[in-house]
Amino acid sequence: MSSTKPSCRHAFSAALLRAMEKDDRIYVVTSDSRGSVTVQNVATRFPSLFVEVGIAEQNAVSIGAGLAKAGKRVFVCGPASFYSSRCVDQVKVDVAYAHSDVKIIGVSGGVSYGALGGTHHSLNDIAVMRTLPGLQLFLPCDAYQTDALTTMLAASEGPAYLRVGRGPVPEVYPAGCGTSFHSGTAPILHEGTDCAIAAAGEMLYHALGAARLLEAEGIGVRILDCWSIKPLDVETVVQAARETGLVLSVEEHSVHGGLGAAVAETLVQRHPVPMRILGFPDEWLPAGSSTELFRHFGFTTEQLAGSVRDALRMKDRARRSS
Amino acid sequence: MLFQSQPPTETAREIRRRLVQMIYEAKGGHVGGSLSSVEILVSLFFHAMRYDPHEPDNPGRDRFILSKGHSVEGYYCVLAKAGFFPEKELASYGRFGSFLYGHPTCKVPGVDVPSGSLGHGLGVACGMALAGKRDGASFRVFVLIGDGELAEGSIWEAVMAAAHFGLDHLVAVVDCNSLQISGRTHEIMSMQNLAQRWQSFGWEVREVDGHDLDALNRVFDEVPWQVGRPQVLLAHTIKGRGVSFMENVASWHHGEMSPEQYETAMRELSGSPEAGSR
Repeated sequence: MSSTKPSCRHAFSAALLRAMEKDDRIYVVTSDSRGSVTVQNVATRFPSLFVEVGIAEQNAVSIGAGLAKAGKRVFVCGPASFYSSRCVDQVKVDVAYAHSDVKIIGVSGGVSYGALGGTHHSLNDIAVMRTLPGLQLFLPCDAYQTDALTTMLAASEGPAYLRVGRGPVPEVYPAGCGTSFHSGTAPILHEGTDCAIAAAGEMLYHALGAARLLEAEGIGVRILDCWSIKPLDVETVVQAARETGLVLSVEEHSVHGGLGAAVAETLVQRHPVPMRILGFPDEWLPAGSSTELFRHFGFTTEQLAGSVRDALRMKDRARRSS
Repeated sequence: MLFQSQPPTETAREIRRRLVQMIYEAKGGHVGGSLSSVEILVSLFFHAMRYDPHEPDNPGRDRFILSKGHSVEGYYCVLAKAGFFPEKELASYGRFGSFLYGHPTCKVPGVDVPSGSLGHGLGVACGMALAGKRDGASFRVFVLIGDGELAEGSIWEAVMAAAHFGLDHLVAVVDCNSLQISGRTHEIMSMQNLAQRWQSFGWEVREVDGHDLDALNRVFDEVPWQVGRPQVLLAHTIKGRGVSFMENVASWHHGEMSPEQYETAMRELSGSPEAGSR
């Protein structure tokens, strides 16, 4: 799990191109974003299935929905920051409410754009998208998973939002590992009974690293890959709470409304346990690369291990006081 | 196009009476814009458009999007009369659990996309027309927009795109009734030189009296007006058309009629002095 692999966006476009070789119903819509999405290859190979709408995200989504209603399977692709805010009404009405066969692909999600600032960060996209009925929401962690989820979306009907990061990421799932993914399931990547971490996207690698670090100290951390944020694997989350008594969530998103909120909403109603929600605070971030921002806010492997130790102390105190 | 045994003006009158009845019984509705768009819908659904209500998903069908989704009552009456669903279902409008919401949804047979949030329909119509163009299909896409709705910026994104893609199977109809909920459209956000605006974006423009069925039929018969360009019909209408106390009164954008107002409206829409008391 150590070697650096291609970015998720490159994995997405490669898988998309492969799917388009087999299915000529698949259309790609971009808004002057073919470079950032890395779909120039699609534009070149399949010009008649590629639609460039210019810098107009609202229109990209509406046109995508219209194409879908005329029988196409449509991938509308562009920066996550814009597709989860500028055109939310179009995603809500033309895609989710209309149940259009449109997949919104938000690239360079989270703090991928780093020092470009708050306009380019998407730290509220999960919060926005997961409240739209009928829209599936997926966050892959690496190139292999992105490839698998893109292939799955290309073969399935209905609305979805897929968020991928911009830069190269270390692999969690080795290339060629053969793991398959099913909507609404959370694979357990590391066993443990002292606590559980629900993580998704590119934070997963660091959470897994923390679990391995803590294993050497005799602390058992269960890692859930919650790539399918909606639908969430409720039973696996509840089971983890029941068997560990402490759940942390880790995500490249605001601490409000994201995966942590989805997990908390589940647990508070099904099996309340102490919980820590780790994510970006409710503030505009300082300038910095995504790596610097991860470090500043405590998301390196070592820092996450520290958060787990803190949380375990909280759990012990709660146990002693009860 | 469906065969109609009655003259189209009688169909329009029937639609008006039915939508007024629906809105009265539901204790409110978007009556003004529904009344202004009746002839446009009658011309499209009973003259211009090619479709089979028993095959609402036929890929070769002409499409229609009511972008001004609030004018839904007249649309529902037209869909029912065209045979997409039984006319008796109209009685459920406004009642709990009805599939006939206050704005169109995909639950209604014949409705492809929901609307109600303004400024969406033209973009969706562009997508449909673009799919048809690239597939070499012959279906046309019609979309009805309100003149107040033109203030939505997303409309102009779609206006640009339709011309860029040369969508000559796309017909936008603007229901130019000159009023919106807060008052006169040109006072709320000026829309002068509307024809030139569309022309300058690369559209073929026609203007018509939006209550003249023969004129509407003729102009739709001539589609495409120019190969390679999208087309827009500026249909000049009267909001609240057919009911004297509603005509050109902004507050009837949405309203609830008293029993006396309902009786007056139905009498005026019948042409017969004793009508109106049901």
